[in-house]
Amino acid sequence: MSTSHSIRLLIIGAGPAGYTAAIYAARAGLKPMVVAGLQPGGQLMITTDVENYPGFASTIQGPFLMEQMQQQAEHVGTRIVNDIITSIDLSRRPFRAVGDSGDDYVAEAVVICTGAQARWLGIPGEKELSGFGVSACATCDGFFFRGKNVAVIGGGNTAVEEALYLANLAKHVTVIHRRDSFRAERILQQRLFALPNVTVLWDTKVDAVLASDGKFPSTRAVALSNTKTGETSELALDGVFVAIGHDPATALFKGQVEMDAEGYILTVPGSARTNIEGVFAAGDVQDKIYRQAVTAAGTGCMAALEAEKFLAHAPADRPAVAAW
Amino acid sequence: MSELTKAVTDETFKQDVLNAPGPVLVDFWAEWCGPCKMVGPILEELAKEYGDKLTIAKVDIDHNPMSPNEYGVRGIPTMILFKDGKVVDTTVGAKPKGQLKGWLDAKLA
Repeated sequence: MSTSHSIRLLIIGAGPAGYTAAIYAARAGLKPMVVAGLQPGGQLMITTDVENYPGFASTIQGPFLMEQMQQQAEHVGTRIVNDIITSIDLSRRPFRAVGDSGDDYVAEAVVICTGAQARWLGIPGEKELSGFGVSACATCDGFFFRGKNVAVIGGGNTAVEEALYLANLAKHVTVIHRRDSFRAERILQQRLFALPNVTVLWDTKVDAVLASDGKFPSTRAVALSNTKTGETSELALDGVFVAIGHDPATALFKGQVEMDAEGYILTVPGSARTNIEGVFAAGDVQDKIYRQAVTAAGTGCMAALEAEKFLAHAPADRPAVAAW
Repeated sequence: MSELTKAVTDETFKQDVLNAPGPVLVDFWAEWCGPCKMVGPILEELAKEYGDKLTIAKVDIDHNPMSPNEYGVRGIPTMILFKDGKVVDTTVGAKPKGQLKGWLDAKLA
């Protein structure tokens, strides 16, 4: 049975941006509804140690932080729905969205907090071996590589964090990076370089993931080439973790909300407003510079405060477009 | 664990999955796996909807290393659909309910 939900503020996505928007909106009496999406809790659900979210003197776990945010949002009056928005019409108010469940969501204002998803290399073997040695989540799949040889591809914080995590489990971790230095935070790099079972291959790109013959698909090696000399080689391993960055999850809004060439939603500088009145964006979906839990939370707060102001001037019983 | 999905161990895998009379969807999962937690409630709902037409079984890989190894599982959640003791198809990673249902309907037809 599908239901139609009539709500003042619909928040799409349940990471730090979505939950923070919900906390502020609920406290403002907007009775927000969060449609949590495919990854409730967001990217922090597949992160282990969080050391840079202020307010916690000792290291906390990503899932713990998100559980707390969820409960906080619920305690102040947010309704959280486990559904995935599959289509949305932002061309007129109230805005209408449809969920994977078949439910309709009719909302006077919307905050888009759909975040970002892991980027893949798009090389031969990657997709075929996904779940069979190729992964984008060390905390999910590292378990299977205890005492084995793995590689992490990438050079940012995620790559180095994944390598640090895997170094505890795997026999050896090779970090493969196409440049000659990491973008990752210095403190993470120092920890990585101190580990005896980690090697870094600089100026190297991965051209293919190679499968071994057997009853089930499995990974045996990666084909590499040096970006400076062009020299090619093969590295034997059991698992490959891809950590080359993220792309904003904005396919749903394409052609409706203004985005940049990479698909990030454009917001008015210093604000969470998009080009559509009543539609706001917060978190990684509109941030390609900072992409931190705390900045996502910050913009989530901005979005809620702006939505509150917007809704105060667009009461529930007044049509968005005057009928003349 | 709910009444709707069946917890299967390395010891009961043969009896509950391979020798089961009808199709069985096996979800390989673990407590510490974020994406598995998204799939969990979806599988509970699907178990209810499919009723007798499909058994949904869950293997906690932390306590049952043999069965995931037997089927080459290298990531979770991995869901394998079995019929008459044979693998029909495999899907890896969390997916929306509609998508999983579409996949199951196509494979069960």
